Amino acid sequence: MDFVTFFALAIPLVVVAVMVIAHPSPVYSALFLVMTLFLLAVYFLFLNAHMVAALQIIVYAGAIMVLFLFVIMLLNLQSDTLRTQRHGLGRVAIIGGVILLAELGLLLQGSSSELAESSLPENFGTVEALGSQLFTKYLLPFEITGILLLVAVVGAVVLAKR
Amino acid sequence: MDMTLPAVNWLSVLPTLLLSVTGMLALFWDIWMKDDERSLLGWLSLTGIVVTALCSWLLWGQNDVESFSGMFALDAYAVFFHLVFCLVAGLTVLMSLTYLETAEIRHGEYYALILFATVGMTVMAAATDLILIFLGLETMSIAVYVLAGIWRQHLTSHEAALKYFLLGAFASGFLLYGIALIYGATGSVQLGPIAEHVGAQGSSPLLLIGMGLLIVGFGFKVAAVPFHVWTPDVYQGSPTTVTAFMAVGVKAAAFAAFARIFLHTLGAVHTDWQGILWVVAALTMTVGNITALVQHNIKRMLAYSSIAHAGYLLVAMVAGKELGGAALMYYLVAYGLMNLGAFGVVVAVGRKGEPHEELDDYAGLGFRHPALGMAMTVFMLSLTGVPPLVGFTGKFYIFSAAVQAGYIWLAIIGVLNSVVSAYYYIRVVVNMYMREGEAIVELPSLRSALGAAILIAAIGTVLMGVFPSASMSWAGASFLSLG
Amino acid sequence: MDQYVPVLIALILGGVVALVMTFASTMLGVKTHSAVKDEPFECGNPPSGSAWGRFSVKFYLAAILFIVFDVEVVFLYPWAVVFRQLGLFGFIAMLLFVLVLVVGLVYEVKKGGLEST
Repeated sequence: MDFVTFFALAIPLVVVAVMVIAHPSPVYSALFLVMTLFLLAVYFLFLNAHMVAALQIIVYAGAIMVLFLFVIMLLNLQSDTLRTQRHGLGRVAIIGGVILLAELGLLLQGSSSELAESSLPENFGTVEALGSQLFTKYLLPFEITGILLLVAVVGAVVLAKR
Repeated sequence: MDMTLPAVNWLSVLPTLLLSVTGMLALFWDIWMKDDERSLLGWLSLTGIVVTALCSWLLWGQNDVESFSGMFALDAYAVFFHLVFCLVAGLTVLMSLTYLETAEIRHGEYYALILFATVGMTVMAAATDLILIFLGLETMSIAVYVLAGIWRQHLTSHEAALKYFLLGAFASGFLLYGIALIYGATGSVQLGPIAEHVGAQGSSPLLLIGMGLLIVGFGFKVAAVPFHVWTPDVYQGSPTTVTAFMAVGVKAAAFAAFARIFLHTLGAVHTDWQGILWVVAALTMTVGNITALVQHNIKRMLAYSSIAHAGYLLVAMVAGKELGGAALMYYLVAYGLMNLGAFGVVVAVGRKGEPHEELDDYAGLGFRHPALGMAMTVFMLSLTGVPPLVGFTGKFYIFSAAVQAGYIWLAIIGVLNSVVSAYYYIRVVVNMYMREGEAIVELPSLRSALGAAILIAAIGTVLMGVFPSASMSWAGASFLSLG
Repeated sequence: MDQYVPVLIALILGGVVALVMTFASTMLGVKTHSAVKDEPFECGNPPSGSAWGRFSVKFYLAAILFIVFDVEVVFLYPWAVVFRQLGLFGFIAMLLFVLVLVVGLVYEVKKGGLEST
């Protein structure tokens, strides 16, 4: 990934990510979050993680965002009620951000470029490679996921249905 | 492309499979059954659990190999925990048969969720892969979150479910992050290769952070200080049988995975994590016991007592090696029996619409209902650690393991804590025998399923205490199967 | 990355078409305003209430169930890609997985999880 492509993606990504927290209307924030997730999916493509990129769009930008919008509509938050309660979180966020930046700086110092250039196996990250691993080596986790999803269905119905 | 099909060893997942199928049957049956037939679901679940326990028993020592490409091993260690989970789930179901009537919980899904939670536990105990351990933990946790909130009429139950879910999801995040960092440090999520890598290369900063995050994640599930703040509210607000299941089952499952990862896989770098666990164990015992002193609600008191017991179990983890591991497993059974019994008595004292959970409600219980009072006395004395009951032998094994491993101060803190704990456990007994009760409330016959559960727990508490060597050597042999 | 160039072109074309249509209609169209015309469109009826109405919590159940089954479908994509190589083994593996979720689906339908009344 060369310098120009990186920034061509990174600048809009940071802009829409900032809009998620800066926009007064929660619905617009959610829509900006969709754009953020889309742009992140493009990064996953550049990292050869094709399946993850597809999942990012199908599950996150699709399903999870629907849930977010539902919550916004359920709570019926008006933009003015939100604005009054924003104080106090800012300081925590700034401290967290500074710590994260420091960590990233440390990581960048520690890691050399040799890691980034190591060659990947053929087909790495494709849907095909993932499928052949998922249904052979990771067969048992896959089946247990089925049980986990079943428990989630039962739990949702028990708790939400009267 | 590499397409080698994995060696599917069906026998190794048979107990898990049996429990899942029973759970799905219970779910299906519930849809079509009438309201007054619901106790049949309990008996179906109990049958499934007993069959699973028999199956696991027969598979003891038969399947020490890893199956499913090194993800799952039904070794003797896993079988031991399978049996513990079956015991816990079985007693919980027996108690629930009576409790669901008095608490007016009309969800047939209750039994299915208990079974699915047990499925998650069995996966956690037998998994030899961090991803599978996480999936088992989530299956168990989600089922238990829902169970905590299944008492729809009570706001406290909603609060318990929400608190447990939010904090539990946070803890799962820590655990997952820890798994990711350990993968980064060692290049594998499978316990075997991780152990090899750690044995050859020692620890690294990344591994240390990963281990720390794992301790946070498991520490939450076993309710260790300082990750215990959710425990009192959740234990008090949940339906009593669910509290019992949570206090014993979830804790045992978390310790099963915790001990497999730390005592076995990361055993080579034990100097790196023993210090932290030392402090956590000492804090957990002390905070749990001191706070329990001032509680007036029996469920809340048992919640703090369960925190304290997590501390004793952590002492066994710190002691480590064969002796500590065996003591941990022995004490988990001991704790399960006496704690389930105590919660069984709490269920028996409760009435429709009046839970009778305050300590004052136990005044004069020893005269009103001698059998129940007797049972509660046994459980309370055992939780204190009075010989010859199982609580004493369990603590004896743990503290002697700690002393032999050179952790004399930790053992001393533990013994002092046991002395402190005597105050609040004995207070229940004093209440039952030394105080006049109020108007006599009619208590249920013990010839019910609930009575059977209390009886089994009481007999176990006495027998395992009087004859500890058989079960202890069995625990030791199971622990050794980790290799 | 080359295989994603058509996706990029489609995205750009989609955006361009949308922009052209919006601007073309504002530039070329004749504008007439009236009180009725400036109201938000609500299927021909006079609009009533706020568009920010509160949803019933019942719909949340539908949303959560949608996510669960969406995640199930996600597992079907890689399975379909490697279906031929996996053969019968993969078929049975997926059959078990789907069966478990069919149990959930039947349960959910029978319990009225999908009814909106």
